[in-house]
Amino acid sequence: MSFDKEELEKIKEEIWEQEYKKLPKREANFTTISGMDVPPLATPAEVNSFDCISDLGFPGSYPFTRGIYSTMYQGKLWTMRQFAGFGTPEDTNRRFKFLLEQGQTGLSTAFDMPTLMGYDCDHPRAMGEVGKEGVAVSSLADMEMLFDGIRLDEVTTSMTINCTASIILAMYLVVAEKQGVSWDRLDGTIQADMLKEFIAQREWICPPGPSVKLVVDLIEFCSKLVPKWHPVSISGYHIREAGSTAVQELAFTLADGIGYVEECIERSLHVDDFAPQLSFFFNVHNDFLEEVAKFRAARRMWAKIMRERFGAKNPKSWLLRTHAQTAGCSLTAQQPLNNIVRVAIQALAAVLGGTQSLHTNSMDETLALPTEEAVTVSLRTQQIIAEESGVANSIDPLGGSYVIEVLTNRIEKEAFDYIKRIDDLGGIIKAINIGFPQKEIADAAYRYQLELDRGERVIVGVNKYIADEEIPIQTLKIDEKVDAGQDS
Amino acid sequence: MGDEIRVRILIGKAGLDGHDRGAKIVARALRDAGFEVIYTGLHHTPGMIVETAIQEDVDAVGISILSGAHNHIFPEIIRLLKEKGADDITVFGGGIIPKDDISGLVEKGVKAIFEPGTPTGDIIKWVKENVQLRNP
Repeated sequence: MSFDKEELEKIKEEIWEQEYKKLPKREANFTTISGMDVPPLATPAEVNSFDCISDLGFPGSYPFTRGIYSTMYQGKLWTMRQFAGFGTPEDTNRRFKFLLEQGQTGLSTAFDMPTLMGYDCDHPRAMGEVGKEGVAVSSLADMEMLFDGIRLDEVTTSMTINCTASIILAMYLVVAEKQGVSWDRLDGTIQADMLKEFIAQREWICPPGPSVKLVVDLIEFCSKLVPKWHPVSISGYHIREAGSTAVQELAFTLADGIGYVEECIERSLHVDDFAPQLSFFFNVHNDFLEEVAKFRAARRMWAKIMRERFGAKNPKSWLLRTHAQTAGCSLTAQQPLNNIVRVAIQALAAVLGGTQSLHTNSMDETLALPTEEAVTVSLRTQQIIAEESGVANSIDPLGGSYVIEVLTNRIEKEAFDYIKRIDDLGGIIKAINIGFPQKEIADAAYRYQLELDRGERVIVGVNKYIADEEIPIQTLKIDEKVDAGQDS
Repeated sequence: MGDEIRVRILIGKAGLDGHDRGAKIVARALRDAGFEVIYTGLHHTPGMIVETAIQEDVDAVGISILSGAHNHIFPEIIRLLKEKGADDITVFGGGIIPKDDISGLVEKGVKAIFEPGTPTGDIIKWVKENVQLRNP
């Protein structure tokens, strides 16, 4: 591609802009959902440093803007991994098997609050919470039931658990042993990202310092003994759900990643011995262009951080492998069927962004945990994108789109600015201790809420196109007796 | 506002659930609307919330729950308020609470449940209309 930049800018200014400025525009907000300016028309002139080789490169090559594998979805589709867990281990085991029968390709486990916080289900603080937000696991026997009839060397399993991650992983390893599966054949991910707990999800049992020590223990253990396992999933999902902008999500997540790498190196681990096992987890929200750009910027930034900042030599250390989940906070309780469309748009953005695995939310999740029908629709959404839409035929199909490249560059720059501010504060743990990321996110969340309340941003069915009468949908009920059943 | 006595509201997070985006937004919106707002922070038991409500002499308690434990936590707070002779404190709440559960909670004494997507203006208006000073 070659063009005369001066001539292009001249034509743009003298012809197009003259027309554009004269004509009236709709009364609407033309910024992204995060409040970022988008050029009304992007041309090669806006893509300042667009170097096809050094900025984009090729999929599978540094800096991985276009994807971490050379074949991407032609080699293997993303893993369709629906987050599931409720009630007793028997209930969730049934849901796992149902999802696998429907063509899901990996498991993802949701644990209930007492399990996440380290309480047995007969503890007084667990009252009312057992089996509600996920599956209740208090013992190895529960864990064996959870994976009953599922060969752990034939699936990859993700487990969303943080404070008590090491205990649950230990149980998983024992379940594998009992099935005769050796640890080196286990593939999957345990979230174990405590830094984002302090920033956003806010489930902790000890302060940041010792919490990070436990995470580093897991990374060290897995790097030596469970070589295919991802011992941490560095998560922006919860940061975004807490109300951050896309740039804040990316910046704080990568800053958390930097924090873990620094702590591992502090413990004398060699960066190339553990970095290939690190993994990430991002949110995918409504703003389609911004989200595609965010995933592309994330890969390029992490590659630079690992190679330039930490001197990693193994190309596998440079890869940002990521799971993505559609944005729970974008779903509405009003006119819930509309959520199917939101999820489809978000899922498409994650795929065009080059994710390695994806959870699509169900339309009823603002009301309760999803029904089998709702979760099937959300899984089918992924299958339609994968096998009907054609987007998986070409790698990074939006690469080279002027606006996508402009946004990718801008998100990268703004996120690196945040990382610089965190470095200046003395690193992410110190920044968390003084509440820096927490305050930035709370301010963004409040700003967004005020924009909604003033009608400056539209949520269909909530502050515009409101239905006179809502048609109720069926929701899942968790048996209140799970508490009692687990006590025995 | 000056020296005028303002309605005091306790915003609380009960149970093990840490999702506090909604609680913090509502606390901030009520504060900006001129109410005196106290936020409990996370991981409180119903007993701790009732204790705080009484010590802080609040006029209303607003609870945010996204963990599905609402059918346990709201009735327990109302029972404890009654036990302590403080059942003139108005209890309201919000979060991920299925429509089918709302009438049961209202029967047990919760004055209002705000569902996801409620504008902060609606909550402010409701508080203005439904919460009176207990000791004017």
